[in-house]
Amino acid sequence: MSATRTVTVGSSNGLHARPAKLFVEAAQNAGVPVTITKGEKSVNAASILGVMSLGVEHGDEVVLTVEAENAEQTLDTLAELLTTNHDEAN
Amino acid sequence: MPESLTGTGIGQGVAYGPVARMAPPPAPPADTDSQLKPEQESARVKEAIQAVSAELASRGETAGGQAQEVLEAQVMMAQDPTLLEAVEQRVQAGKTGEFAVHAAFAEFQETLQTLGGYLGERAADLADVALRVIAHLRGEPAPGVPDPGHPFVLVAQDLAPADTALLDLDKVQALVTIEGGPTSHTAILARGKGITAVVGVKDAAQLSDGQQVIVDAAASAIITEPSQEQIDDVTRRIEERAAAAAAPLTPGALADGTEVPLLANLGSPEAAQEAVDLGAEGVGLFRTEFLFLSSDKAPSVAEQRESYIKLLQAFPGKKVVVRALDAGADKPLPFLNDAEEENPALGLRGLRALLANEEILRDQLTALAEAEAATEADLWVMAPMVSTVEEAETFTKFATQHGLKTAGVMIEVPSSALLADKILPVTGFASIGTNDLTQYTMAADRLLGSVAGLQDPWHPAVLRLIREVGAAGDHTGKPVGVCGEAAADPLLAVVLIGLGVNTLSMAPAALADVRLELSRHTKDQAEAIAQAALAASTAADARQAALDVAAR
Repeated sequence: MSATRTVTVGSSNGLHARPAKLFVEAAQNAGVPVTITKGEKSVNAASILGVMSLGVEHGDEVVLTVEAENAEQTLDTLAELLTTNHDEAN
Repeated sequence: MPESLTGTGIGQGVAYGPVARMAPPPAPPADTDSQLKPEQESARVKEAIQAVSAELASRGETAGGQAQEVLEAQVMMAQDPTLLEAVEQRVQAGKTGEFAVHAAFAEFQETLQTLGGYLGERAADLADVALRVIAHLRGEPAPGVPDPGHPFVLVAQDLAPADTALLDLDKVQALVTIEGGPTSHTAILARGKGITAVVGVKDAAQLSDGQQVIVDAAASAIITEPSQEQIDDVTRRIEERAAAAAAPLTPGALADGTEVPLLANLGSPEAAQEAVDLGAEGVGLFRTEFLFLSSDKAPSVAEQRESYIKLLQAFPGKKVVVRALDAGADKPLPFLNDAEEENPALGLRGLRALLANEEILRDQLTALAEAEAATEADLWVMAPMVSTVEEAETFTKFATQHGLKTAGVMIEVPSSALLADKILPVTGFASIGTNDLTQYTMAADRLLGSVAGLQDPWHPAVLRLIREVGAAGDHTGKPVGVCGEAAADPLLAVVLIGLGVNTLSMAPAALADVRLELSRHTKDQAEAIAQAALAASTAADARQAALDVAAR
């Protein structure tokens, strides 16, 4: 079973540094294979280097794919992380 | 002859001392076939990566804070499944562990470098992990910071997070890196720890061990063969800064005793204690977005109240200015505004979004009033992104109805700066957000690198708008504060006071430098410096004019 979801990235500095780390940690903790896709390129969401190499910027759309039972729950958690702005600004 | 090498200065620090260069990295391993079986090589590599990860993680724990986060990210890279696969492939092909690590890491570094910018700078983090793993495999000590046995100016190609995290600050007088920009780790950590640093000094490669240099972060320069006069000047500045940092945390004031309360910008209640320790006299901007950004719906009154109480308890008897939810543009919130906007910075954001969702504003004001009743802080509330007199009036009424005694507005839009003399009579105070005010005045997106050159609060157009607000504050007797990054620039802080601003709010780390600079000028001098800046045509000229008058 697999499920996908399209998410718009909310961090004002995109998916770099801390936001990338938080996301990859969550993907690793999911315990099931998660793929993140931007445009044509798909990478293992548990790979920090893979995720950073996508060069995801603020406002970009990415697609999450989870291969597992209960995929929706995992997608909820990961999608929330991606839409949150982890970078402070005033 | 003194010679000046330029880079990007981080902070206001200055230092004078002998250069100690970081040793160049060990030679890369040669592409030779392994004498061991692939399984044995594989086990060696796994052990080495484990050991290096553990070492980096434990350095992180010792260092704490931001350094820890950076080192944890490095550990994550070291254990990256895609990277380990690439190493394993080479080991299975009969390569030595050393070469497999070297080649696989190099491949990923290249990918990051191609991406450039922030990611390009992360390539250095990855290279550092590779060197450490290779050193471990060879049984050599990890590459690191030199220890000449006396205080020194550290000159390096670039510093890895593991190096900066545990720097002995009693020994390291300043950091100079040949590579790296304002977002490199050296820069980020130097800022966080208040280390004097100049990064991206290309010509620093010519510096040699033992050579005496001045590192002037405020001027973004390294001075070789300095004159006695320059050395005396630096010694005086170092003493002044040390005295200012060690001095009892006095309230902010000008040389003639005019009080300038120095407040902190905070984004969560947890940061309050650090601000108090650094001498913040209150909070000039408390951002409430953290309560809202991670949820699909607005938090309840009770949830909000608990957070506000936690914040207010850190400042008994002190002023705490809380900004109502400022969503939109770079901080979208689906429950507040889910419309696709062509120009979100000019859309339904700030107070506009709150007035379109009154329930959210009412809940927040209720929670704030309840928190104030439960604590001893002097709570002020303000509305973000106010652009008309009517908006100022409406927000102030709302806040008063909810039992909040002091309500004001943020001045971030040129219209409200120009009409400050009409706005201040209908509200309690004004706080100028210089980041947005600059963005809207210069029509330059603050998140867009290609127009970053226009994002300068020193621009006379911005200063003239601030003058309008300062003058309106004088006439009406209502307080005017600044809570943007402009307040953290010591000389610009003096200009702001000269333009009629009463209080300054900034990141807590900037408090000491601003406090010191204010103490050097009287109110009359601040006004003269401000006039000189106002009369300029460009941001650079305004800064120079202010410097010239300040030096008189």
